[in-house]
Amino acid sequence: MSSLGFIMLCHAALHRAEAVARHWAQAGCPVVIHVDARVPQARFRAMQAGLADLAHVRFCRRFRCEWGTFSLVRAMQTASEEMLCLFPKVRHVYTASGACLPLRPVEELRAWLDARPRTDFIESVTTEDVPWTVGGLSDERFTLRFPFSFTRQRRLFDRWVALQRRMGLQRRMPLGLVPHLGSQWWCLTRQTLSAILEDPNRPRHDRFFAQVWIPDESYFQTLARRWSTDIESRSLTLSKFDFQGKPHLFYDDHLQLLRRSDCFVARKIWPEADKLYAHFLRPGAEARPMAEPNPGRIDRLFGKAVERRTRGRPGLYMQSRFPNDGWENGRTAGSYSVFEGFSELFEDFEAWLARTAGLRVHGHLFAPERVEFAGGAGVFNGALSDSAALRDYSPEGFLANLIWNTRGERQCFQFGPGDGQRVAGFFAGDPNAQVSVISGAWAVELFRRNARFGEIRREAARLQRIETAHLALLRAPWVKARVRVWSLADFVAAPMEPLLTLMDEISPRAPNRPAEAPRMVDLAGFGRFLQNLRNQGMQPTLTGDFPVTEDPDGTNRPRSRPYLVR
Amino acid sequence: MRVMRQYGLRLRRKRALLRAWRRGLDLSCRIDRTGSIGRRDVLLFSVLRNERLRLPFFLDYYRALGVGHFLVVDNGSEDGSAEYLGAQPDVSLWSTAASYKRARYGADWMNRLLRRFGHGHWCLTVDVDEFLVYPFCDTRPLPALTGWLDASSIRSFGAMLLDMYPKGPIDAVPYVEGQDPFEIACWFDGGNYTIRKNPLYGNLWIQGGPRARVFFADAPAHAPALNKIPLVRWDRRFAYVSSTHMLLPRGLNLVYDEWGGEKASGALLHAKWLSPFVAKAEEELTRRQHYAASREYRVYAERMETARDLWCDWSERYINWRQLEILGLMSKGNWA
Repeated sequence: MSSLGFIMLCHAALHRAEAVARHWAQAGCPVVIHVDARVPQARFRAMQAGLADLAHVRFCRRFRCEWGTFSLVRAMQTASEEMLCLFPKVRHVYTASGACLPLRPVEELRAWLDARPRTDFIESVTTEDVPWTVGGLSDERFTLRFPFSFTRQRRLFDRWVALQRRMGLQRRMPLGLVPHLGSQWWCLTRQTLSAILEDPNRPRHDRFFAQVWIPDESYFQTLARRWSTDIESRSLTLSKFDFQGKPHLFYDDHLQLLRRSDCFVARKIWPEADKLYAHFLRPGAEARPMAEPNPGRIDRLFGKAVERRTRGRPGLYMQSRFPNDGWENGRTAGSYSVFEGFSELFEDFEAWLARTAGLRVHGHLFAPERVEFAGGAGVFNGALSDSAALRDYSPEGFLANLIWNTRGERQCFQFGPGDGQRVAGFFAGDPNAQVSVISGAWAVELFRRNARFGEIRREAARLQRIETAHLALLRAPWVKARVRVWSLADFVAAPMEPLLTLMDEISPRAPNRPAEAPRMVDLAGFGRFLQNLRNQGMQPTLTGDFPVTEDPDGTNRPRSRPYLVR
Repeated sequence: MRVMRQYGLRLRRKRALLRAWRRGLDLSCRIDRTGSIGRRDVLLFSVLRNERLRLPFFLDYYRALGVGHFLVVDNGSEDGSAEYLGAQPDVSLWSTAASYKRARYGADWMNRLLRRFGHGHWCLTVDVDEFLVYPFCDTRPLPALTGWLDASSIRSFGAMLLDMYPKGPIDAVPYVEGQDPFEIACWFDGGNYTIRKNPLYGNLWIQGGPRARVFFADAPAHAPALNKIPLVRWDRRFAYVSSTHMLLPRGLNLVYDEWGGEKASGALLHAKWLSPFVAKAEEELTRRQHYAASREYRVYAERMETARDLWCDWSERYINWRQLEILGLMSKGNWA
């Protein structure tokens, strides 16, 4: 007979529990099974009959078990007493549920425990130090009373808790006990377990814990602290909880993960996981070298799941993630640059930027006629259409989609007062956006336009009005984008420095600085053009100062191609 | 104000149930095998008309996922669909010749059957050309999903409609009975969907995909809705309000997270764009039994002449649910 005995608490999927019990018993370990009294008698009898051929499988007295109540502790106590009394050779008692599955041969667990004969493995942490509970109650599990059922009488339960809190009702811990919490799947030595069960004060403890909330997570955890000489505060059963505090299930596709975890027992297993049961309960599994349990990979997997459920993927808008304003956790999926006025001032800006930064550079994505994707494409990543109507149906969604579809590749696009302005509020509030504005650059385009001056004047007034509002928006206190604004005159005076700053930000690891500068539009006569606008009653306020008369020698005239400072 | 609105929604729900009862009188039961429904079975509800060609694969697909029983309304098929269904051991069949349109595009009939047989079950309401894909659907059957939803106290599961299409003209490769439609129509649009919230019902309204891109590029507001909530733990007080796009009570429509997280969701692969559609579109045009005076079908008929190919350079080729997860079209949520 073995030095290791198992206690199993079962209430559903009895055929699986039966298979596991058989597995353990055939390996020589005594098993004491508690079956919830709510399980129909017929099914209980069937399980009994199924295990009748195994001498050291016993069934203990059945209690009606309800989650969160003392009945579960009662079941564990009874099963433990029976185990200690009937199987005197047992040194370690391991509690398991009907949804547990041994991942390694029992031989390995037994050898591992034999090497640690006096150690109690029970997760046991003080309520003060560890915020391990989900849903609020930690200290109060011990200091309040819980006469109502959480599952059946939820309202009364909540009200009773609130009432006790308001009245300041408090219970005192029995003398000498410090409240500890932990997983109910423990493995205790005969010494510790019998000390707990045979304690002369046990009736007092039982009375106290009968009113504690979820005592199966605190009864043995607290009392073991009092008796054990060597506690290792961890559970040997791999059991993971999600953010609502309910246990994660393991399915067939977790097979490799479970195999590599080197844990001894895992819970909870989905009852229909045929492959898992077949694999881990197969007879004659070879014992492998002693390995320490290593649930790190499983921790990461489930940690990621919680992260996904609570934080989600930044910049993703989809059928099951549609965050309220301010809760996006990243309005877009990656950084992008908005250039305003650059393609008006430089003749080949888009091509130059694409060449220098090694990116695809879009034209005016929000142009009124169509979406000017890089290279004039009609469809872009993610099958985004260049139809202006589709884009304007939801400009914010369009931009978010574009950035999401091109994750890992920085997007650059042109923007200006001639474009649909609704999206500006979206990127202004986005920390991923780098917005660079040459204010008044639209005037350069008008200056070169072949049209009647009256028309140009009207258009200038319209664009200036739009850009003024846009600049006011970019200066709002809630703006999160990285905004830089130069007036046209300032920029023309020293164009290379801001360009280099921007390039450094866009591709910080670029091997070499731009070899060439973009070619600036010839601005000869631009000052005169602005003066003409003024003379017609339209004051250009955003361009900055341009001298009206050209210098005859050309010293102050902006160079058509700025030189590089190396 | 809130009370008024809530009361208004309550009335709407009652009205939907009343309509379901009245339109339900049009249904006559052809084959009733509902006695064989187990207590925990996942049930599938569907309305169809002339879908004989698609039925074998449809039934097999959902049987493999673990659907326990099919409850089908046959709306006047003439191609032997009813006879075929009648021969299946896990199908109960109702038939009606009444107007699909007057039954609010079948929703009334579905509500009627759901109320009678769906109470307490997980119910999947889909068309014959819709194929549910959910996280881990290649390794975990539907009861695993519904069990997890139960344990998480979730009552409804969203699955966006994902239009699948072939490369080239849609009738270039004819669909053969029993064939996996996604061998032919294996392309989809990966990221051109627009979403807005419906303030009254609380559901999301999703549009986009190839239909918006090709047929509704100049009238995006008229593009068909793609949001669907096909899988619901049914209660006899529930009712679908408009197809399976939204339900009442409105809490069932909250299949999305508003605080930055992702809830678990799936996708309904839509195998509409196959060779049988060409004939169907012509027929539907004359029957005028579809939404908004079959506007959709009129547009298809007009555009089909010029734009017979929905495929574009950026179409994605379907691989599996993990691909949809990575593209952000569906999510595992905290199911791991």
